[in-house]
Amino acid sequence: MADAALPHDHHDAHGHDDHGHGHLVENNFLGLPNLKLAMWAFLGSECMFFGSLIAVYFFYHGLSIDGPLPADVFSVTVTSISTFVLLASSFTMAMAVDNMKTGKVQAAKLFLLSTAFLGLIFVGFQVYEFQHFWLDKGLALQTSLFASSFYVMTGTHGTHVTVGIIWLLMVWSFIHRGKIKAGNYLPVEVAGLYWHFVDIVWIIIFTFVYLLEF
Amino acid sequence: MASIADLPQSEAPIQHMVRPAKVGITSWLTTVDHKKIAIMYGVAATFYFLLGGLEALIFRAQLSVSNAGLISGETYNALVTMHATTMVFMAVMPMAASLSNLLIPLMIGARDVAFPRLNAFSLWMFIAGSLVLNASFLFGAPSAGWFGYAPLTGNDYSGIGVDFWALGLVLLATSSMSAGVNFVVTVFNLRAPGMTLMRVPVMVWMLTVIQFLLAFSFPPVAVGLILLIFDRFFGTTFYLVSMGGDPQLWQHLFWLFGHPEVYVLILPSMGVVSEVLPVFSRKPLFGQTFVIFSGIFIGFVGFGVWAHHMFTGGMGPLADSAFSIATMIIAIPTGVKIFNWLGTIWGGKIRFTVAMMFATSFIPLFTIGGLSGVMLASPPLDLQVHDSYFVVAHFHYVLVGGAIIGLFSGMYYWYPKFTGRLMSERLGKIHFWLFVIGLNLTFFPQHFLGNWGMPRRIYTYPPDAGWDAVNMLCTIGALIMAAGTGVLIYNMVISAVRGEKAGRDPWDASTLEWLTASPPAPHNFDFTPVVLSERPLWDHKHTPGMQIEEPTQPEVIHMPAPSWKPLWVSLAVVGFVLGLLLTRFNFYGDANPDVWVGYGIMIFSGLMIPVTIYRWIDEPC
Repeated sequence: MADAALPHDHHDAHGHDDHGHGHLVENNFLGLPNLKLAMWAFLGSECMFFGSLIAVYFFYHGLSIDGPLPADVFSVTVTSISTFVLLASSFTMAMAVDNMKTGKVQAAKLFLLSTAFLGLIFVGFQVYEFQHFWLDKGLALQTSLFASSFYVMTGTHGTHVTVGIIWLLMVWSFIHRGKIKAGNYLPVEVAGLYWHFVDIVWIIIFTFVYLLEF
Repeated sequence: MASIADLPQSEAPIQHMVRPAKVGITSWLTTVDHKKIAIMYGVAATFYFLLGGLEALIFRAQLSVSNAGLISGETYNALVTMHATTMVFMAVMPMAASLSNLLIPLMIGARDVAFPRLNAFSLWMFIAGSLVLNASFLFGAPSAGWFGYAPLTGNDYSGIGVDFWALGLVLLATSSMSAGVNFVVTVFNLRAPGMTLMRVPVMVWMLTVIQFLLAFSFPPVAVGLILLIFDRFFGTTFYLVSMGGDPQLWQHLFWLFGHPEVYVLILPSMGVVSEVLPVFSRKPLFGQTFVIFSGIFIGFVGFGVWAHHMFTGGMGPLADSAFSIATMIIAIPTGVKIFNWLGTIWGGKIRFTVAMMFATSFIPLFTIGGLSGVMLASPPLDLQVHDSYFVVAHFHYVLVGGAIIGLFSGMYYWYPKFTGRLMSERLGKIHFWLFVIGLNLTFFPQHFLGNWGMPRRIYTYPPDAGWDAVNMLCTIGALIMAAGTGVLIYNMVISAVRGEKAGRDPWDASTLEWLTASPPAPHNFDFTPVVLSERPLWDHKHTPGMQIEEPTQPEVIHMPAPSWKPLWVSLAVVGFVLGLLLTRFNFYGDANPDVWVGYGIMIFSGLMIPVTIYRWIDEPC
């Protein structure tokens, strides 16, 4: 039974001999290791989660009674830079998986740290953005429907990036301590699936929430 | 023909890697065994079923005569809210979780679920959520209804009970979503060799559909609850009408979860009936593939019908029509199943055990609820009877006549697999008659009450309304149901000690869980069974050439070790939630609540979450 993030020998109940009933015993393995299948199912669940949050934002779009409007506070330049940083982190994440696959553990570790670092910069941009909107533009969490739905939606995304950073650092630590060995790239790949997902969610938010205002 | 006694028994020592089981309370707190987890879910569900029933009895007593003064309106609202929340989230769902835990691995020939420790985590999250929800009784229980419509749940109208309610539901959502992911992987990846998807038993199929529903329908309500928590704790404006907030937002988010949830409650019972009817009719299930695909279809379409709960909300004729049609379409796969069950019994050699009695009574009782459901799917009719006792009658026929009756059938059928002993058939028959008579006496007259104009959620009514006699009848029916439940509890307890030993296969059944001992050993099967048909055990016993053969080489069995880690992670999560709740309390009677105590606990617990998760992953399994 493989469990959690370190399936050294992911469950292989599918190599049994067929006891002479070959015509009745078909191969029923679907081709995805447990951990990866679980990740895909979880990401499906996350789609519903972010789908609901983004839907809430658009449900209330233009209905705010008071306070600054999106076009008054957004700076496409600043958010474009942070978006670019997050996109770049998806590249370094892919490189980490690729290097782990080919056994270049040191390079993989470096790329994992770079990914976490780029993620941190993104979160830093978001912290800056929030305090700027709040203190300079007068958009507090409680100001309007726009403020509430914007902060909760992007804040939830930022929380996901933060969780991703912690996750990457954990994977790094396990590789560093030799608990994830060269060739066992599944834990890195699964962390990568999550990271790319969070990145894609941001692309959707950036496109529809920020760019379409202008 | 081989009999059950000829089942291959391993006399030679098996190469186990089963870790020594700890004893006593520790063995339960650290267990990752799906069968023990199933028992804990089952015991908790039974306890909450009794609690929810008690709540119902209190407000049924209040309603038995006009102008009664037994409880206040506020208490009545709280009891109704907690009755529904308890029955849905803490009785029926964990009963389904209990059956999922016991049966999914056993029926597909696996040794455990895909992620045994995650499974334990789901259990602890459920226990924590249910405790948080019920702790609200100490501080003023929520009284906004189980669907918690905005703006009733806002700070202006509701006290701290709603904080417990919302955070408790978030914990339960975490439990259900993680269990959903876990079981989906289990069913798709851990099936025994030869068990193709179409050979997976119908019970497992129905349970799999509900795992998908749990994983995909809980996120919307989780979002709705997070918004509510932000509104209540941090002053956001999502549900504040004065700031332009739209109360329908909550309704959409809630029912986008709430309607698939209805199928989460009913599909396990449909699975039970699909297993019990064939065994006690001595016939294979009529049109098994059709039943499976009907269940999947119900699951899919279940995501497209949520707004039929909101016809009176003013969505407009287009939306009303679309949701009305989608709702009526669901009647088709449901009808297909009903006819398949009838076709299964038709011409069968029927044995009326208690499990079979409940399974057969499921069909008409559920059909009554289903038919009034099709009526309610029509917006013009719904506008007339919305929020009346007609609706109460409808969903109680579906959830008690359907879900609970089906789960009772499963309880009598699989109790031997849990405990190794049979439940008393004599007591079971008393339970059956009391419960079914009480059920109909309680809920059938409510159709008429609704049509006479009695609204839901009123704590009393005037004498000249003319509802006294029928309400008294409903209360008497509820008492008869309660008596039946008492017999059930007595039966469960007494049978665990004194019941007849069941042996492996007391019902001469056809699915894999009866291949192994009752209760099964921790590793379930001494060898991995190779599955040759959709009825592997039946063919093993009765079809020449289809025996389940023991492999010549003993298998190496690796079982996961018991672990404290799921409990530690759960405690960290619960600490975070309790810290948040503490920010609402005012210990010293000052003007402001003492938020810093709460925030301190939140920060500490929040830091402990990644630490405990790291330790979890680090632990060899």
